[in-house]
Amino acid sequence: MAILINTKEKISDHWTLIQSASGPEVFSALRGRNALLPLALFLSDEEEAASQFSAIGVWLDSHQNLDKLENRLDSLPIIALNFPVFSDGRPYSLARRLRRDLGYTGEIRAIGDVLRDQLCFLKSCGFNSFALRSDQEPEDCLKAFSDFSTSYTSTAVNDIPLFRRRG
Amino acid sequence: MYRYDGYDATMLQERVSQFREQTRRYIEGKLSDAEFLPLRLQNGLYVQRLAPMLRIAIPYGMLSSQQLRKLAFISSHYDKGYGHFTTRQNIQFNWPALEDVPELLAHLAEVEMHAIQTSGNCIRNTTTDQYAGVAIDEIEDSRPYCEIIRQWSTFHPEFAYLPRKFKIAVCGTKEDHAATQVHDIGLYLRKNDKGEIGFQVLAGGGLGRTPVIGQVVFDFIHRHELLTALEAILRVYNREGRRDNKYKARLKILVRETGLDAFCEKVLAEWEQLRGGSLTLTETEIERCKRYFQAPPYKSLDASPESLRTILARDVLFASWYSNNVTPHKRSGYAAVAISFKKTGYAPGDVTEEQLNTLADLADRFSFGEVRVTHAQNVILADVEESELYNLYQQLAADSLETSNLNKLNDIICCPGGDFCALANAKSIPIAEAIQRQFDDRELLADIGEVSLNISGCMNACGHHHVGNIGVLGVDKKGEEFYQVSIGGSSKREAKLGKILGPSFAQSDIPAVVENLVAVYREHRLDHEKFIDTVDRIGVDPFKKRVYEKEQ
Repeated sequence: MAILINTKEKISDHWTLIQSASGPEVFSALRGRNALLPLALFLSDEEEAASQFSAIGVWLDSHQNLDKLENRLDSLPIIALNFPVFSDGRPYSLARRLRRDLGYTGEIRAIGDVLRDQLCFLKSCGFNSFALRSDQEPEDCLKAFSDFSTSYTSTAVNDIPLFRRRG
Repeated sequence: MYRYDGYDATMLQERVSQFREQTRRYIEGKLSDAEFLPLRLQNGLYVQRLAPMLRIAIPYGMLSSQQLRKLAFISSHYDKGYGHFTTRQNIQFNWPALEDVPELLAHLAEVEMHAIQTSGNCIRNTTTDQYAGVAIDEIEDSRPYCEIIRQWSTFHPEFAYLPRKFKIAVCGTKEDHAATQVHDIGLYLRKNDKGEIGFQVLAGGGLGRTPVIGQVVFDFIHRHELLTALEAILRVYNREGRRDNKYKARLKILVRETGLDAFCEKVLAEWEQLRGGSLTLTETEIERCKRYFQAPPYKSLDASPESLRTILARDVLFASWYSNNVTPHKRSGYAAVAISFKKTGYAPGDVTEEQLNTLADLADRFSFGEVRVTHAQNVILADVEESELYNLYQQLAADSLETSNLNKLNDIICCPGGDFCALANAKSIPIAEAIQRQFDDRELLADIGEVSLNISGCMNACGHHHVGNIGVLGVDKKGEEFYQVSIGGSSKREAKLGKILGPSFAQSDIPAVVENLVAVYREHRLDHEKFIDTVDRIGVDPFKKRVYEKEQ
């Protein structure tokens, strides 16, 4: 079980992640929970899911895009973005798109191969919860958010790039 | 040149601390090799054939004398007393021990230097024309924009794990000394009809296994839109660039597979999200950066003083060096001087501790304390008084740095090759030396005139062989080293890729092959025609015929 943190502390996980190979047949066994649905299942079975679960979020793999979610973001309290491998850079751009272009204000969670040394930049791109790979030390990981005190470019933490902040 | 303020210094210190911690965790076994790999690469550290190799950034080629002295110190304390100027305005050290690298980076930080993003799948050191700010044909000094790009791209959180490396070059002159069109993004400074400064933006250029000349994505963008346009291209690339095959992961492949028009549409769609937003550059910021690159306190001097003309008429060796290595300057009475690191018998681009210190002294005495490193692996003193040229020449001669061959056949661009590099298929340094020994006659070299000869030890093409007027590529054939030769390449404004002559040659044949190519040129050339122009006019066939005919 992955340990979950936000940018300040360990937090408890209220979401049950449904694997991408699953179909709506798993819904009844997990009835009443908060479910993180894979994108395809969410798109195909949202109504049924809504009737079974107390809340619904979506997770995307790194190769997927947000086109079909753009109009439904308001109803989603959480979007999780999966790192099949830590060196896959695509979820960083997905998170930026969610925060900056689409104005998404819900939770963006990093899942999958999530390691200490990604965390600072993940936060800058708009992620605000992190399901750490099981071998990661959460106390150490929490320090990673302060690796850098500021950023040159515009980020999700501070849209104003340094060149507009310099005196 | 640019100087750090508190923000720059703080972020650099934070980076040094971060990498010190990462190295500690790696040594303690808390980070796997695979996990440490991108972290060390983004701090310039490779594991090479003989030892680690550290690549230090020289942002757009500028070095102060203080920085040169620090590099000399590093070469003696952490290396074997020498370094290597690369083809992307960086310097490499081949022997630092892994556990010493954090301390080495702390030394660099003391002089506002670093090895950040000199490797790895991220935005690399931005390069430019070595004559920026002094070139006669300049539209605008590229360096303030290079610094703006450096800051935007440094620690860019979204683009630290791109599909592959990403290189940006900026050119502000009419003649292109920066090989701009063979970069992932090439930027040409331009002035539009309204007299506004902006950029033509090329994308998808690159060398390596699949050489491509960049194509125009934006014919003109206003200078204020520089970062939003770059960010749009990078965003499309980060999302859609191939990650299934590292040999197909560069931007050039995405542009080719998407098609230029469709790629441009994607970039435009992304740009619409960013235009007018917070990344839009301000005139305040551009002016702030320009202040760091203002003209030094030049004297009022007459052009080509009498004293210079007298010595030129008297000293034939000085006159030869002057005609080869000295470039006109936009300021009357000044000249830009190239110090060649292409002396026969020395690896192209290699520089010793003593030479680094000498360069620092020469910079202080002759050129306002600064030098520039070129992508052709030489060093420029950009602001030398013409009346001091002879003194400078004599000092260079005393230090064996008076090699007089800029842009000549023996001014060879050459990667470290199989002697050092783990990627190489073949050696490159001995090939360069054999050619230099074959062509050691000053008058013959002067007669042959301007030729670029570029050698790479493998298809990764660090030696830019595709864009050499003569290109030599080392290939491995069943464990033996062979060399493929191409002609007709150019990295200038009319950039083009060379054409391969035919079957590859044994190492020992290469000097004779080059001699044949030169012979065909000299037989066919018209008055004052350069090698590249003769190749363009008569085609490859006469060269091909001679080279293979003689071999049989």
